Amino acid sequence: MTRQHPVLRLLLLSLFLALAFAPFLFPGTKSVATASRICIFIVLAASYDIMLGYTGIVSFAHTMFFAFGAYGVAIPLSRGWIGWDAILVGTIVGAALAALVSAAIALLSLRVQKIFFSMITLAVASLAQILATQLRDITGGEDGLTFSLPAELQPSFRFLADPIFGVRADGRLIGYYLTALIALALFLLMQRLVASPFGTVLQAIRENEFRAEALGYRTIVYRTIASAISAAIAAVAGGLMALLLRYVGPSATLSFDVMTDILLMVVIGGMGSLTGPALGAALVVLAHYYLQPFMQMGFDSLADVRILPALIHPDRWLLWVGTLFVLIVHFFPAGIVGAFRKH
Amino acid sequence: MKPVAPYLLLPVIMLLAFPLMSGPSWIALTVAGLAMGMMLFLMASGLALVFGLMDVLNFAHGGFITLGAYIAVSVLAPLTGWVNAGSWELNLMARAAAMLAAAIVSGAAGLAFEAIVIRRVYGAHLQQVLITVGGLIVADQLIVAIWGTQPLPLQKPAVLRGSFQLGGAAIETYRMAAVVLGLLVYAGMHFILNRTRIGLVVRAGVENREMVEALGYRITRLFVGVFVAGSALAGLGGAMWAQYQETVTPAIGAEMMILVFIVVIIGGLGSIGGCFTGALLVGLTANYIGFLAPKLALGSNIALMVLILLWRPRGLFPVGGR
Repeated sequence: MTRQHPVLRLLLLSLFLALAFAPFLFPGTKSVATASRICIFIVLAASYDIMLGYTGIVSFAHTMFFAFGAYGVAIPLSRGWIGWDAILVGTIVGAALAALVSAAIALLSLRVQKIFFSMITLAVASLAQILATQLRDITGGEDGLTFSLPAELQPSFRFLADPIFGVRADGRLIGYYLTALIALALFLLMQRLVASPFGTVLQAIRENEFRAEALGYRTIVYRTIASAISAAIAAVAGGLMALLLRYVGPSATLSFDVMTDILLMVVIGGMGSLTGPALGAALVVLAHYYLQPFMQMGFDSLADVRILPALIHPDRWLLWVGTLFVLIVHFFPAGIVGAFRKH
Repeated sequence: MKPVAPYLLLPVIMLLAFPLMSGPSWIALTVAGLAMGMMLFLMASGLALVFGLMDVLNFAHGGFITLGAYIAVSVLAPLTGWVNAGSWELNLMARAAAMLAAAIVSGAAGLAFEAIVIRRVYGAHLQQVLITVGGLIVADQLIVAIWGTQPLPLQKPAVLRGSFQLGGAAIETYRMAAVVLGLLVYAGMHFILNRTRIGLVVRAGVENREMVEALGYRITRLFVGVFVAGSALAGLGGAMWAQYQETVTPAIGAEMMILVFIVVIIGGLGSIGGCFTGALLVGLTANYIGFLAPKLALGSNIALMVLILLWRPRGLFPVGGR
């Protein structure tokens, strides 16, 4: 692996420092929730990049694996089994299921052609979306599942009587640092993985599958393992998301909008390095929170004009995201990371 | 040597379903399945040919289906008088106008899409998938911006509503019309591909592009033509499917695309015959299973695809070296 440009390292380091002290730097419920979301999406986008950037296969089922973890946590909690053991069991079951399904799809499709994988994941993901809305007894259908968390994670819980640097020492703070630490651990784990001999083989397959096969690596085995690991990590991120939202539903975890966000994060940041998706995740989440209200303002001020308001209505967010996406894939296929690579 | 077994799959499935239900419902479901299969074939054929010829997999293909459906709504709305008239001629004219407009607009959109997006990513699969997904998002959003998210109603022509009796089964007239039109398009494509010079070059290009280029044909220009034709067919299929469903929603293209992908995977990417067989298989399975076990209907097509891939990993009729 090539050494990264100092600017990139600086960016990544400042992102991590900002996240490490987020509750103190940006106090307030909303900004801490945003910071949690960034942590979760860093993991989600980075795990997707193991597939897209390192292995060179496009999956549309990453949200499905994300949802496995989220529902895995939500189902026991919403049925009254409220405890740390429920969260742990739910996450493990979700991750195991994700790895299994992902490996099955990979084995079925990758022995033929990479492009089959994209199409089959799209079909299976849409099946999962339909199942999640139809199996009302298990998943709560369209409404999803709401649940309460163990006492230690609730806002009313105090682990210290006095505030720390003006921030209340409550369950939310525990929840944030739990999310951030797990996210950091998973990120480091992934970094270790892609730098390992296993990761090197993945990159070799991406660069020249035929040659890698000729060198004696069974490419399908490597690809299958990579997609299983990536799916399991996505499921853990889903479990964290469920804890953050205290709600799991099809639109929050399974919809194509989430998939679009992940793609955008990886592509903006830059495929084929884990720094890229991390930066991309932070940018996209922040844009969601702070640019969408901006569109509403523009919409309100232009309400008298004929066609323009329809195009900048906040619901048309995806229109601009999609346009940006096409432009980036076309003009800057290596994303932010690529901008620093050549010099 | 062409394998025989894949050809037998259709009659086998039809025979398997026969003892499981009464005669009339078997006839009705078979016709419904064939009609759905024909419409699926219209939507899938363009995708399969484009992939076969240029190795381009267009994930935005579903956008053309949605576009065709909405164009049909917009054309039929001012023609309500014709649609509801009891005469064949007026009905047919309204229908022909809607389908023609759907095909032409989708074809034109295809031309623009090819020039703006697809042309720049020849040969790079990863970028192709990404950029066409981006294009699909933009296209879907533009369609929503123009027509809104509300489902729009759409009426079948008056003479094609209702049903007629066949062997004790009530067959919807529109389904029969869809089967006939689908067969006509299939026959037309078969004729062009197998009996004309252009078709010969297209088929040769699917088998071996470099060789055809070496013989002096400009395969990129040919490809643009195939891409436009494929988009127009998708629009036509979308318009027909919309009339069959009698409503149009922005999700129509995405819903059909799932089935279209299953069809081309089953058929073997790039093969028209495989695409036709695959579309009919998917249509029949969806209808039989939907009747026998409605709860399983969702997964039945994916199960069909998995089974076929286990049996023939490259699809029923693989093309060339693919």
